[in-house]
Amino acid sequence: MLAALTLLLLCQLAGEVIAQLSGLPLPGPVIGMVLLFIGLVIRGEVPAALDRAARGLLDHLSLLFVPAGVGVVLHLTRVGDEWLPLSAALVLSTLLAIVVTGWVMQRLGRPAADEPKP
Amino acid sequence: MKRELQEIWVYLAANPLLWLTVTLVAYQAGLWLYRRLGCRPVANPVLLAIILIGALLFATGGSYDDYFAGAQFVHFLLGPATVALAIPLYRQFHRVRRAALPLALAILAGSLSAALSAMGLAWLLGASWQSVISLAPKSVTTPVAMGIAEKLGGLPSLTAVLVILTGIIGASLGPWVLRLARVRDPRARGLGLGVAAHGIGTAQAFQAGEVTGAFSSLAMGLNALATAILLPLLFRWAGW
Repeated sequence: MLAALTLLLLCQLAGEVIAQLSGLPLPGPVIGMVLLFIGLVIRGEVPAALDRAARGLLDHLSLLFVPAGVGVVLHLTRVGDEWLPLSAALVLSTLLAIVVTGWVMQRLGRPAADEPKP
Repeated sequence: MKRELQEIWVYLAANPLLWLTVTLVAYQAGLWLYRRLGCRPVANPVLLAIILIGALLFATGGSYDDYFAGAQFVHFLLGPATVALAIPLYRQFHRVRRAALPLALAILAGSLSAALSAMGLAWLLGASWQSVISLAPKSVTTPVAMGIAEKLGGLPSLTAVLVILTGIIGASLGPWVLRLARVRDPRARGLGLGVAAHGIGTAQAFQAGEVTGAFSSLAMGLNALATAILLPLLFRWAGW
């Protein structure tokens, strides 16, 4: 557990350092995710301890969104003033993105023989 | 007695323990209510927890800064959780390789249409420029979206709220709009939900089946990567 958490933090730290040094327009944790992914491909399996620690974090992923979400109290006036453009943009663009993605994938990607047919 | 209570409150309110505990309790209450209401995406536990804590801050006159000083211990875990997303990504790698090109094109199309249509619509309807920027990464999972918003000059805390609302909208209306557009391939349905509605959409996708869920979590990860690379380049190129 401790070793796995250390590994996750090390990947994140390395990601932050790479982001700072390279000026890449990527958040540190995303670079850390790529680093861990490369490490897993090289190793060829997910170590059991790492799997347990990651599951502990990812099972409660939505809890981690709460502190940032409470930040809405800072923006109540803005949300009140701009509720029409904000809600129109959120609803229409989210539905558009779902349809565009699904449609492109269905058009271009024929399912492999052993995968369920649409 | 009343005076003593007030002194205790003043002491606790300045202490991380209080707001950390409030965050966990509010989330558990949100989960309980969500299950009570039949797991409808609209009764999202995150949304319920935010409303509860927001109401408590209002009632007690507490500031967001005080709250965040305690809750930042929870917020901090978003970093390692993002790194941990490499594991489901690795597990689905064999499926991905098989459909690599269509998958990449679908995610690219979805990533760009999510960001550009949100920015365009908000701008046309008269939103402030800072709100338009904060909307751009709205389909990306929160920790990454906040990082992108910060780099582009938006408001990370506003972005976090917009991201969570986007997830709730996508999860509740996504299955309906996919049926309307006759998208039946479970891989395509999963990609759509994951690209547009990140983790909250992915939770919904897993209810439709294993393949839909797997492709949704994959789409969430790859969309985070694609948006984090594309948006800053687009902004630099357009001179925004």
